[in-house]
Amino acid sequence: MSQPGQGLSVGLFATCINDVMFPDTPKHVAELLTRLGCSLTSSPAQTCCGQMFTNTGYFREGEATVEAYVEAFADCDYVVAPSASCIGSVRHQHQMLAAHRPALARKVDRLIKRSLDLTEFLTDILEVEDVGASFPHTVTYHTGCHSLRVARIGDRPQRLLRAVRGLRLVDLADSDICCGFGGTFCLKNPDVSIAMATNKAKAVADTKAEYLAAVDNACLMNIGGILHRIKAPVTPIHVASILVQQEP
Amino acid sequence: MSQLTTLPRDTDGRLTPAPPPGELIDMPRFPINARHELANTDQRNNLQAATATIRAKRALRVSEVPQWEDLRQAAKTIKDQVDRHLDSYLLQAEQSLTKAGAIVHWARDATEANQIVVDLVKATGAPEVVKVKSMVTQETELNEALEQAGIAAWETDLAELIVQLGHDRPSHVLVPAIHKNRSQIKDIFLTEMGQYGTPAPADLTDDPSALTSAARTHLRNKFMRSTVGISGGNFLVADTGTLVVVESEGNGRMCLTLPQTLISVVGIEKIVPRFEDLEVFMRLLPRSSTGERMNPYTSMWTGVTPGDGPQNVHVVLVDNGRTSVLADPIGRQTLRCIRCSACMNTCPVYTLVGGHAYGSVYPGPIGICLSPLMRGLDSPIDQSLPYACTLCGACPDVCPVKIDFPEVIIHLRHEVAEHKIRDTKPHLETTAIAAAGWFFAKGRRFTVMTWLSGLVGRVFKAKKQFGAHMPWPARLWTSARDLPIPAAESFREWWRRNHERP
Repeated sequence: MSQPGQGLSVGLFATCINDVMFPDTPKHVAELLTRLGCSLTSSPAQTCCGQMFTNTGYFREGEATVEAYVEAFADCDYVVAPSASCIGSVRHQHQMLAAHRPALARKVDRLIKRSLDLTEFLTDILEVEDVGASFPHTVTYHTGCHSLRVARIGDRPQRLLRAVRGLRLVDLADSDICCGFGGTFCLKNPDVSIAMATNKAKAVADTKAEYLAAVDNACLMNIGGILHRIKAPVTPIHVASILVQQEP
Repeated sequence: MSQLTTLPRDTDGRLTPAPPPGELIDMPRFPINARHELANTDQRNNLQAATATIRAKRALRVSEVPQWEDLRQAAKTIKDQVDRHLDSYLLQAEQSLTKAGAIVHWARDATEANQIVVDLVKATGAPEVVKVKSMVTQETELNEALEQAGIAAWETDLAELIVQLGHDRPSHVLVPAIHKNRSQIKDIFLTEMGQYGTPAPADLTDDPSALTSAARTHLRNKFMRSTVGISGGNFLVADTGTLVVVESEGNGRMCLTLPQTLISVVGIEKIVPRFEDLEVFMRLLPRSSTGERMNPYTSMWTGVTPGDGPQNVHVVLVDNGRTSVLADPIGRQTLRCIRCSACMNTCPVYTLVGGHAYGSVYPGPIGICLSPLMRGLDSPIDQSLPYACTLCGACPDVCPVKIDFPEVIIHLRHEVAEHKIRDTKPHLETTAIAAAGWFFAKGRRFTVMTWLSGLVGRVFKAKKQFGAHMPWPARLWTSARDLPIPAAESFREWWRRNHERP
């Protein structure tokens, strides 16, 4: 296996939800990127991208997470997160939150250019699509809204998945429609959120895929919550956890 | 053309069908209304089918225009220019209109606008008026003001007629009866038409051509005898004083040309500077709204033309909160809106719940921005509207005037949060966010939080997922969704154990 990441220092931004709910995802990112030659750090100063505060209207709390982000990652060549939504928030909201503090804003400017979702880092910086993974299963892919329209990572996840040995990627109907998670939306508008998640889960179940993949565990937790409740035989899985799988 | 001096009254003693009781602004918070609307399965099916069709049509028609992005940019630039210099453009428009023979009236709010129209209609002695579909008169509830003054206002747009006869409210800015299917429409026509004019044929079916034929017959007498027409305006050209109404059915053309008196009620943001600017909007609007290359009827009129069409032309320019929108540096971009409705057709929240949940004549993405900006944040409904959105970002991509809805929505949420923080009574949300904010502000505090979540994870390890029977607030999630148990060991703990020297 070639090591295109040789000499790159990468700060792993686990994200808050992965840190406490889905630690396997950042572990898999660490394993994959180490295999590709990157040297990884994961500063304990990191907390969260801040979007749950910012998107609920609480900018001061959002600003505090920007400070934590800058403190944690200022020295890295790149910051990589297994979340297009969190990276989208870093790139599109941190400047607004830091705008009234010039010193912080300058650090933010430098850092957001180097903040990438895992799939972007693989295809654009390491320039690999085939990461040497093998996953002989049927997979459907959920396009998270923030990956599509905020971070704008395009079809990078699908390109990476198509290069995985044995993986059969099946289309998901209405894939550009939101799953209804929406951060605090799922608690502030629970009935609408559940109705949206139910529509999405039905579309997922209709694909008959074994796995539902995404680049954001928040979407997967939402859709997966319905799938688990209705006992649909589809397992949610983060793209990183597929890309890390190798032939036995 | 015989004019009726006294119109028949319905069983409630009214001239026109009564709308649902109560004021929109007094409606409960959005989540409560939404729960009620979601339970209406027929409506959900009607909405999903109709919006899916219109979304596909829009996408097709937009894809035919190679310079679509340039047109959007041009429209944004023109509208921003109007908003920056609204004071001078409005005076220019007044001057052009007056020169062309129209009489211009200024209304600060809904009450003033309605009073001006009521006085103008009373002065003609007409007992009734025919109306072209208009959002601003929905906003001011003009029909009710006219009813109170003993004047009958007849909606002549097919969908507005369905809504009016159905004692209902519009649920969409372009397709007001989008929540009704044809069999429901047939029932409304059969029970209601006879009370307010020509009845529907007794053997009416739910065939679309039979329904439109019944509507046409019902409206025909009203068109022929009405001496006053009331319209809104899609655009008002400042340099010529030309008003533009864009429509699909020809009812507008009749309202604008048959009566002697024409009163147009127009929001002050409807200005475009020059006649040439219309070319941009006339290409953007039909493709964005109905998914048509060109709308069937475009009526333009410039004041009075002697011997042709209405000889008394009035234009009522209405503020009704628009200057408050203009005063908000982030919110003012919503004044670019040309009411195409592409945002609501593409909104995953709107397409599930429909327009009645919003307590606002403007539903969907534009409504959750515009209504709180115009009305302020004092009511529960206006405080809840900016949160009726998952921030999925689908709407700004289809907006023909490039309104950055997520930017405005997050800005308004900030205003709501500040409003709650300033409030003297405590709010659970502000307290919970402040507590969470403290934990998320520093890595070491967050580490403490991960110990607590790890403890929960170890205690419930055998369970795998939390199920339905959880206390509030967890049941907001778990009523329909299972929830994974937090990890017994957080990622940061694992990293520390494996990567950091003791």
